[in-house]
Amino acid sequence: MTDPTRNGEFDDWLDSLSDGDGYYVECDEGHGWLPPRRVCPDCGSRELADVSLPDTGEIATHTTITVPTPQFENDAPYVTAIADFGPVSITGLVRGADPEDVAIGDVVGIGVGERETTGERAVVFRPR
Amino acid sequence: MTDPRIAGAGVTKFGKHPERTGRDLFAEAGLEALDQSGVDPDDVDALYYGNFMGELAEHQGHQGPLMAEAIGVDAPATRLEAACASAGAAVREAVKTLRNGEAEVVVVGGAERMTNIGTAAATDALAIAADDLYEIRAGMTFPGAYALMARVYFEEFGGSHEDLAHVAVKNHEHAVVNDHAQIQKEITLEDALEAPTIASPLGLYDSCPITDGAAAAVLTTEEYADEHDLDAPVAISGTGQGSDNLALQDRPHLARTPAADKATDEAYSDAGIGPDDVDVAEVHDCFTIAEVLAIESLGLYEPGEGIHAAADGETTRHGEMPVNLSGGLKAKGHPVGATGVAQLATIAWVLDGTHPRADAVPDGTVGVAHNAGGTVASTTVHVLEVQE
Repeated sequence: MTDPTRNGEFDDWLDSLSDGDGYYVECDEGHGWLPPRRVCPDCGSRELADVSLPDTGEIATHTTITVPTPQFENDAPYVTAIADFGPVSITGLVRGADPEDVAIGDVVGIGVGERETTGERAVVFRPR
Repeated sequence: MTDPRIAGAGVTKFGKHPERTGRDLFAEAGLEALDQSGVDPDDVDALYYGNFMGELAEHQGHQGPLMAEAIGVDAPATRLEAACASAGAAVREAVKTLRNGEAEVVVVGGAERMTNIGTAAATDALAIAADDLYEIRAGMTFPGAYALMARVYFEEFGGSHEDLAHVAVKNHEHAVVNDHAQIQKEITLEDALEAPTIASPLGLYDSCPITDGAAAAVLTTEEYADEHDLDAPVAISGTGQGSDNLALQDRPHLARTPAADKATDEAYSDAGIGPDDVDVAEVHDCFTIAEVLAIESLGLYEPGEGIHAAADGETTRHGEMPVNLSGGLKAKGHPVGATGVAQLATIAWVLDGTHPRADAVPDGTVGVAHNAGGTVASTTVHVLEVQE
C-alpha cells in the first residue's frame, strides 16, 4: 500500500507541530498566516518569513459537534475551537478537557493527534 | 444603462425528492419561468446556472449545457459555483451580460439534489465549502462553523440562543402559506429551544434542512420587455458581490461578515438607494445566526442590534422590516445552488403582489436579496425595484 499523498507545506507544518517546533509565516508588515502562502492577503507583500509559533494560545471560540461528517463519526461528540496564537489563529480539536468546561479565554497548547474515525492527523489543543 | 427586468420565475416545491434528478428539477423550474415570461425560448441568449455539489451528489459535472438542454434552450450555458451563493453569482453574471449589451434575454437559475446521498454525506459535501486543510480536518462542519460565529457574537454583543430561536419561529410561521416551502409547519419557542443540539450552541431548529429543488428566472432588457409587451414590472437595479478569507481562522472578526458589507455597499450604490429605502428582504438564513449577521450587513440594523429583531417582532410579517417572508432557508429549504434565484423570485413576487405573504408590504417598492456562500466568504446582494 502506498503512502497517502502529502499536502505539501501543510503536512510539513503538521510535522513541525509534532516536533514541538511549530511556526507561522509573517510578512514584513507583521501579518501572520499559516502555510502554504506566497503572498500576504492583507497587504500583498511577498516577503514572508517563518516565525516560531508561541507555545500557548487562547481559545477565541469553540463548539461541541454532535452531528459530524463521516470522517469524524467515531470522534463525536468532539470540540472544535479556534485559538489565537498572536498574529495567527488556528482551528483544532480540543482534547483533555470536558466539553462542558471549555471556555473562551482558556489557555491551550498545540500539537498533533489522530482522528479516532480515520486515524488521520489533526491539530489538537490541550489545556495548559 | 438598462436595469434588467424579471419577466418570469419558476420554483419547484422544495423538499425531499431523492429520486428526482437535478436536470428534471431544473426543467420544471426553467419551463415554468419561460412560460410565465412569455419569452420565446429561441430568444434566449445565455444561461447562467448555479450548482454546488453536483459532482458529489450526482456524479455530474459540466451541468451548464445539460440544463440548457433540459429547458429546450440553445445558447451558451455556464455553471457558476460559489458554494451556497452559486445562484446569486449566476444572477450577477446575467445582470452584467444584459447591461453590457451582449444579450437581450438570459435564463438564470440553479438546482441542487442533496437528499439522495443522506444526511452524513450531505453534511460532508457541504463542508467542502470550508477550508479543507485547516477547517475540515479539524472537524469543522457547517453548523459547527456558524456555531463558532454565534458564540463570538454572544460574547461580544450579548444575546442568547433564545433570541436565535425567535428567528426560527418567525421563519417557520412565514412559510406556512408558501407552497414552495419544504416545511410548512409552525414551531414554538419551546420546540426550538428543546431541539437536540447539533453544534453547541446551535440546535436542530437553528439549521436549515437538507433540500432538493430548483429555481429559475427569465431576465430581459427593458427594451426587449417593452418591444414584446411583457408584464415585467420589477427590475434588478443593483448588484454587488464581496469575498472574504475562506477560513474563519484568518478573519479578524468572527461576528461580522465584511463580504456581505462589501456586496451591500456596491449593490446599494449601484441602485442609488440606502437601507432606509428597503421595504423587504430575503436573506441567507442557513442558520439562525446567519440571518442576524445578514440584516446587520445590509445596514438594516447596527452591528450587535440585529439579534433582537425577530424577538421584538420587527422582522416578522407584521413588523417594520419583514425578513424572509418565504420562510427563508430555515423553513422554505436550501437546495444550495438554487437558493439565490429562489430569493430573487420571492422578492419579485412580493413586490408584484403575487406572493402569498405580499400583504406584509402592500406598498413595497424596494426589496433586497442577500445570498451567502460558505461562512460568508462569498456574498451577493441584489436590489429589486418596482419600475411602474
